[in-house]
Amino acid sequence: MRFGVVVFPGSNCDVDCHHAAGTVFGQKAEYVWHEERDLSRFDCIILPGGFSYGDYLRAGALARFSPVMGAVVEEAGRGKLVLGICNGWQILLEAGLLPGAMLKNNHLQFRCETRYVRLENSNTPFTCTGHDGQVLSLPIAHAEGNYFIDQVGLKDLEAQRQIVFRYADSRGQVSREANPNGSLGGIAGIINKAGNVLGMMPHPERATEEILGGTDGRLIFSSILQWWGGQ
Amino acid sequence: MTEHYLELQDIDQARSMGLRPPEWARLLAVLGRRPNLTELGMFAVMWSEHCSYKHSKTALRQFPTGGPQVLQGPGENAGVVDIGDGQAVVFKIESHNHPSAIEPYQGAATGVGGIVRDVFTMGARPIALLNSLRFGDLSSPKQRYLFAGVVAGIAGYGNCLGIPTVGGEVYFNDSYTNNCLVNAMCVGLIDHDKLTRGRAQGLGSRLILIGARTGRDGIHGATFASEALGEHSVARRPAVQVGDPFMEKLLLEACLELIEAKSILGMQDLGAAGLTSASSEMAARAGSGVELDVALVPCREKSMNPYEIMLSESQERMLLAVEPEQVPLVLATCAKWGLTGTDIGQVTADGMVKVLFNGMVVAEVPARPLASEGPVYHPLAAEPPWQALVTSLNLAAIPVPEDLTAVLGRLLASPNIAGKEWVYRQYDHSVRGDTVTLPGSDAAVLRIKGTKKGLAMSVDCNSRYTYLDPYRGGAIAVAEAARNVACSGAKPLAITNCLNFGSPERPEIYYQLTRAIAGMAAACEALGTPVTGGNVSLYNETAGQAVFPTPTVGMVGLLADVERRVTTAFKQEGDVICLLGSTLEELGGSEYLKVVHNLERGLPPTLDLAAERRLQSLLVALAEGALLSSAHDCAEGGLAVAVAESAIQGGLGVSIDLSPLASMRKDALLFGESQSRVVVSLAPTHFSAVEMLAGAMGVPFVCLGRVEGDVLCLGQGQETIIRADVASLAELWRGAIACHMSP
Repeated sequence: MRFGVVVFPGSNCDVDCHHAAGTVFGQKAEYVWHEERDLSRFDCIILPGGFSYGDYLRAGALARFSPVMGAVVEEAGRGKLVLGICNGWQILLEAGLLPGAMLKNNHLQFRCETRYVRLENSNTPFTCTGHDGQVLSLPIAHAEGNYFIDQVGLKDLEAQRQIVFRYADSRGQVSREANPNGSLGGIAGIINKAGNVLGMMPHPERATEEILGGTDGRLIFSSILQWWGGQ
Repeated sequence: MTEHYLELQDIDQARSMGLRPPEWARLLAVLGRRPNLTELGMFAVMWSEHCSYKHSKTALRQFPTGGPQVLQGPGENAGVVDIGDGQAVVFKIESHNHPSAIEPYQGAATGVGGIVRDVFTMGARPIALLNSLRFGDLSSPKQRYLFAGVVAGIAGYGNCLGIPTVGGEVYFNDSYTNNCLVNAMCVGLIDHDKLTRGRAQGLGSRLILIGARTGRDGIHGATFASEALGEHSVARRPAVQVGDPFMEKLLLEACLELIEAKSILGMQDLGAAGLTSASSEMAARAGSGVELDVALVPCREKSMNPYEIMLSESQERMLLAVEPEQVPLVLATCAKWGLTGTDIGQVTADGMVKVLFNGMVVAEVPARPLASEGPVYHPLAAEPPWQALVTSLNLAAIPVPEDLTAVLGRLLASPNIAGKEWVYRQYDHSVRGDTVTLPGSDAAVLRIKGTKKGLAMSVDCNSRYTYLDPYRGGAIAVAEAARNVACSGAKPLAITNCLNFGSPERPEIYYQLTRAIAGMAAACEALGTPVTGGNVSLYNETAGQAVFPTPTVGMVGLLADVERRVTTAFKQEGDVICLLGSTLEELGGSEYLKVVHNLERGLPPTLDLAAERRLQSLLVALAEGALLSSAHDCAEGGLAVAVAESAIQGGLGVSIDLSPLASMRKDALLFGESQSRVVVSLAPTHFSAVEMLAGAMGVPFVCLGRVEGDVLCLGQGQETIIRADVASLAELWRGAIACHMSP
């Protein structure tokens, strides 16, 4: 499978995503400079974490205007898989590929730690090797992960089963204590209606090897590979 | 009419820029004439303590700097140490104390920016950041503001760069109330053949300035960093620079891309003293000269004059020496990364720094005297009159508390001992996917992808010890840093250091400085960990009140097999808990005396360097043999706190009988800080192997108990001395700092 990892100026999890897809999962992985306009050679496009263009304005607000984003929108429209992690999700929101907006963490601090999320929808290309209600332990590292959407939008997300992950405790209970940033309903990841564009705050690429302290992130990559293999 | 910046200057003007009369005389002798304003400014910053080390140079000569592993010792932008397979580790620590005291967020942020540039200037990929922070008492709102601001600044800069902040230390002590300390360390990884130096090589090479535009910020920042703080210091806020981590990230990637393409002859970042230091140091190191037309320098503001351009400390700038035919590639790479790259001059052979402005010479001074032949002082050293007083300690007059469980609780909640999660959860410590031992253990460990190797790193200094006995404190700082690295299973390789002291012009401070350096040097020698560089920060004092002498040590060690790393947490019920090293009745300088009896006195614990070396060799051997489940250094709070921390981190209880240890006061037994001790846990099946190895290597070894249940229980024979739920201790230890910060 061919993975394209987009590199915006200021991306800094590009290396990690490349390592996970390329080295850990042995797939073809390639960096894509943000000025590229043709992504048709890839089966899955990853928008990695980081601080694209410094994110001094609002996370992802500038990156959406990057030349590569036109191609990302195009490939998403063709049904290619697009995975936005952390800053990548923020960019997908700004680009309108996913609904809602990201606010600063409610405590106004950067937060880097391992958190539990509950898998809400295992019927997606990114989660198909898991099961609903499964609890995953994944690293988070962000200052703007406080997801927000209006009530109408929220109802829509719920109705369409677009909420893929929620922060939870180790037993899968969603609660205020289990929520590291104040995101609405503990939402930690959502998918588009077509089911091929996923945005998530936790970093699955940082949890793909035993030596890094956890392997729950493998589920995302294994699912992508299995789903793609079935196509 | 002569432009302002060309006007010839006099001694009064020199004094106003921080030069002393003898230095003015020296300057006249060097030039053979009076300097103009631009030239005077250049000398004033380069001959400041911050840039010239004029008061510390002599003392620094005591450090051992050589060794088979050292590829680059002091004198370059960072030290370089071989780690085999054609790879090397590049590292350095630096202070940003003065700016952080005035503007904590930007002061700390630009401290990170500066140290990161020092490392990638050598051609290395920065892979980790650490820091050592010191403030006054957290009950003061001002101190909380400084602490919160500094942590946020480090996070804001380091996180954006995508370099994990993997370790550090935070201390609170009244001596830092008016002078906080912010020391940042960066560790980089490089292949030997990529090693780049800060040299203006090759006659006719072009000098390319890349990165941020030059503004009026930070002019005379180095001078500011070389004076004591006072009421007027807030007015120095314009001397504090503002950081742009995004710009730094672009600069970092562009420079490493150019190194990869072998397009650069020499490279130097613009830190303290800006373009003046970068150009003159590059020339001085290479024995060449430089000629720059500063009218070509892209400026942020209109009508900046040569004086301002040469002295600006605007961040995120780099000066490159490049062969003329490589210039187009260099400029194209800059353009790719959205950076401004400007050809501002060339390398010459005459040993001069010649500054032009639109073709007209505005300054012409010899590079070597400016950069490396500044004044050197041999200050007077005299033991402070109070030294004997503070080291005297009558233990008999100090009662042993009844409730030692409560004492353990108080110690675990003391901000100096308490868990630092409130700090490090604000730092991205796992980006780049190499951090295999996260913050919280004695040393952080990173794997090196593509190899079996791991790098361990730690930053340490117990400045109370150095205050009570500068020599012993200096030696302990090195020993503890090495011990922390050895606890992870790594062999300590070399150190960098940041010497934070008061004014060296006061004999008692210079005494502290020379004695601390002597102690550090002895430990470096004994432990085989030479000094590869560092930074001196003097004048950390306000109204004659200096900080505790604080020689921060940054240590790097190598694990041959990263899978064999060892961490602090107890792992397994049934594991045997043993103590390596000897416990003496030593309470002087302990955190216990401070927290419980409000005393900062006595002699710090003794240090036997030969025993320390044996202990560290044993730790490395035990790790290599995969014989340990955990290892944790006994530091502040002594044996009881070390056991409690391993229990808390492992979420497991312990049952310990202290009878095998020498009999002494119970508080000393539990909380004394005897050096060269490590609490280890191991599977019962490994017991005899560990015992034998310890015996063979001459390290005292006693079995104290077992990991079991969820209660921490320390007794002596039938008597229970401390008994507490690990969960409740964990709450105290984890929550203490957060509690202070959100009252």
